[in-house]
Amino acid sequence: MLEVHDLTKRFGGLTAVDGASLEVPQGAIVALIGPNGAGKTTLFATIAGFHKPDGGRVLFRGEDITGLPPDRICARGMVRTFQNTQPFAKLSVLENIMVGAWLRTDDRHACQQRATEIARRVGLSDRLDDMASELTVAGCKRLELARALATEPRLLLLDEVMAGLNPTEIAGIVDVVRAIRAGGVTILLIEHVMQAVMSLAEDVFVLNDGRIIAHGPPAAIASDRGVMEAYLGRGAAERLLGDTAHA
Amino acid sequence: MSRTALLACGGGLIAAALYPLLFGGSNYAVNLGFLVLFAAFLGQSWNIAGGFAGQMSFGHAVFFGTGAYASTILHVSHGWNPWLAWPVAIAAGAAVGAGIGTLSFRAGLRGSYFALVTLAFAEAFRILANSVPFTRGGLGMLIKSDPHPANLQFRDPIWFYYLALVLCVLSLALAWWLTRSRFGARLAAIRENEDAARALGINTFREKVRVLALSGALCAAGGTLYAQKYLYIDPSIAFGVDKSIEMLLVSMIGGAGTIFGPLIGAGVLHFVSEVTRELGGALPAIKNAQPLALIVYGVILVIIVGYLPDGSMGLFRRRRALPQGQGHA
Repeated sequence: MLEVHDLTKRFGGLTAVDGASLEVPQGAIVALIGPNGAGKTTLFATIAGFHKPDGGRVLFRGEDITGLPPDRICARGMVRTFQNTQPFAKLSVLENIMVGAWLRTDDRHACQQRATEIARRVGLSDRLDDMASELTVAGCKRLELARALATEPRLLLLDEVMAGLNPTEIAGIVDVVRAIRAGGVTILLIEHVMQAVMSLAEDVFVLNDGRIIAHGPPAAIASDRGVMEAYLGRGAAERLLGDTAHA
Repeated sequence: MSRTALLACGGGLIAAALYPLLFGGSNYAVNLGFLVLFAAFLGQSWNIAGGFAGQMSFGHAVFFGTGAYASTILHVSHGWNPWLAWPVAIAAGAAVGAGIGTLSFRAGLRGSYFALVTLAFAEAFRILANSVPFTRGGLGMLIKSDPHPANLQFRDPIWFYYLALVLCVLSLALAWWLTRSRFGARLAAIRENEDAARALGINTFREKVRVLALSGALCAAGGTLYAQKYLYIDPSIAFGVDKSIEMLLVSMIGGAGTIFGPLIGAGVLHFVSEVTRELGGALPAIKNAQPLALIVYGVILVIIVGYLPDGSMGLFRRRRALPQGQGHA
């Protein structure tokens, strides 16, 4: 579905993404994790066309989409959400979702119906007429998801849709994400909430300093020495693994 | 549209159609009506780009002047019939809109930077019109008076009133369409958050150029009508800053991005200007009513911007929104 080869993005002297490669097979849920400032969001933005890469290639469904603008990439079936939610504040929830749905239809009735149906799937049915600005953080995250879904993507890039939510809300979103995948949408997600990563993802890529430092199933990643050091600092792995050996 | 809204619109239309007859066709009433409808139409042309799409221009006179000059040059210098020159003028307005849009949006100009660039374009056109031979420079262009419907000139101002009414209704219909169509939804998305709009598959550059072309076309249609009514244009009438300001003032006071905002704004503006003119006559201390009108406009604008950022249409909307907001609190 998605192949990223040696993608590099520099901002002036700073190399935010440094030759990162990853692969997302059709129908999978793949997670991208990494410490703060690792370059996850930049990698996402570069894949989705918001930044022009300085090197590397992005293949989506076998076609080279490197450097295409975001609207063209979205039209081809890859859509991203924003970590800092970007609602159309003065539009209603329904109108927000319709903006996404208009991509695939020019009939108002069909668009409205589609948006209403998606609102139901993400649990926003009772807020359709509210202004987006009236939503809570959790509501905004659901709205991000709904708008993206309304564009009928084949691949969904979710940037921290669970950050800032309480455990109940997280459980709710996890269910929604599962249902989206069951509906045939492939998912690549950035997430800090490890509970969610562990329960959702089949495959995890770990990004640190713009490089992919580990890749594997979630259980293997959780005990990976390099990953622990990236998160907790040099020497942390020894102490942690030493502790478990003593216990 | 709801039944009541439909009835209200129909009632308003009938009232507007009968208005000149109510006053026995008095020239004063008819001309005032024309001015309100004409200002509402021009305001709507601004509102389509500035209100609905959030691309606030400070130089819409560039389109107005383009329309006025295009039809007048074709008519006066090349002998075209004004009715034929009118669509060409509209196309010229669209072309100038597309051109300015392409240049400024390609350069990534947003917000106040875009506003300043449009102001600069209007000024550049004014200076050009002052200096090139085919506009006859600062002398301006005079259209020979020959009142006949075939010449788009009317002896009775009532016909200009009805022409302005038709344009105004068309512009209202266009604004209504924008609140329901895909194009309008895309413009609203661009106004609210351009990055999110791009992420959702909207080619923001293309849509912004389109809306500026549409807005320019409308405004240019107004330019031709002005030239045909007053039979004289010069560079500062056609491309003057005051034209640009009036268009955005009318929209902002009435409510930018709403269907009826410009119409209400135009009504308020002309009401104020008539009242201040009367006052100016009544109070001997005020010899010239013009500055008084400007002061009152200024005060109204400050009040609107400070307390009603959505314009006077916001009054209705706010009242409706309140119970909902309380319900969630």
